[in-house]
Amino acid sequence: MATRSHHELTELDRRLLDSFQRGFPLDPSPFAAIAEAVGSDEETVLAAYRVLQDEGFVSRIGPVVAPHRAGWSTLAAMAVEPAALEETAARVSAHPAVNHNYEREHRLNLWFVVTAPDEAAGIVALDEIAAETGRKVIDLPLIEAFHIDLGFPIQWN
Amino acid sequence: MTVAARKADPQGLDPVDRRIVVETQGGLPLCPRPYHAVAERLGLAPDDVMRRMRRMLAEGAIRRIAAVPNHYALGYRANGMSVWDVEDARVSEVGRRIAAFDFVSHCYRRPRHAPLWPYNLFAMVHGRTREEVKAHVAAIGAAVDDAARAHDVLFSTRILKKTGLRIAG
Repeated sequence: MATRSHHELTELDRRLLDSFQRGFPLDPSPFAAIAEAVGSDEETVLAAYRVLQDEGFVSRIGPVVAPHRAGWSTLAAMAVEPAALEETAARVSAHPAVNHNYEREHRLNLWFVVTAPDEAAGIVALDEIAAETGRKVIDLPLIEAFHIDLGFPIQWN
Repeated sequence: MTVAARKADPQGLDPVDRRIVVETQGGLPLCPRPYHAVAERLGLAPDDVMRRMRRMLAEGAIRRIAAVPNHYALGYRANGMSVWDVEDARVSEVGRRIAAFDFVSHCYRRPRHAPLWPYNLFAMVHGRTREEVKAHVAAIGAAVDDAARAHDVLFSTRILKKTGLRIAG
């Protein structure tokens, strides 16, 4: 857990967080390459990333896979009355095909992403979730993407 | 890879590509030569791992290689899913326009589900506060003008599970 607030991040931390949301070097020594780009040294950069990851400011360093390219996924929604939300949400989250599950303020108040190796397996997962929760699952698969998900610039103020 | 092997997998990934993605998508090890460490775990040559990742990146199966910030920890506490009902003939044009805002992280067309769900365009809007998100959504509204018949913004009240998009091993 973070021992610092994000207000206490150093200039180097901020650059490491903001500037490598894409283009993390695919190079034998990526941290040395970053160090060169930001005017630091490999050991300092690696240590800073370790701390940022331990403190939870960096979720992970690695490839971000494209939906539908490396498997199948969909966004699904459910309307759950407040009294049953806790239990239903836990059942949804427990399904191994679910990797995001958010409560949102709407009549459709449970929103989750289902991923599977292929569409047939995805449909099975949606059916299982419907059976396990006894609720209708609204399936809202991606039709067209207008954004190639390059991260977004962090405002530090 | 042969053409036949590529055709066998609809996503264009062969089994070795998949093993590399499965091994790395949760995060590279934080050591001086992370791709070498991955190669060793998988019993592959480091050059082969990097060459395959470079190819997957060029072909789009890997979107980007990133130090993925936890925006929530960085103070982005308000995440609003803005949803828009745009006439079908204009949805691609409007989608591209909305995606150009730098506070929008994802913008997707999805099916409507009448009568419960009339919206066909989703744009994820990030801000530090709800007010900031609402101001962003108003800016989108002004930019799309009469192309959207209705819109809403759904704030998340709780993150119940989040592991990042993964492919199954």
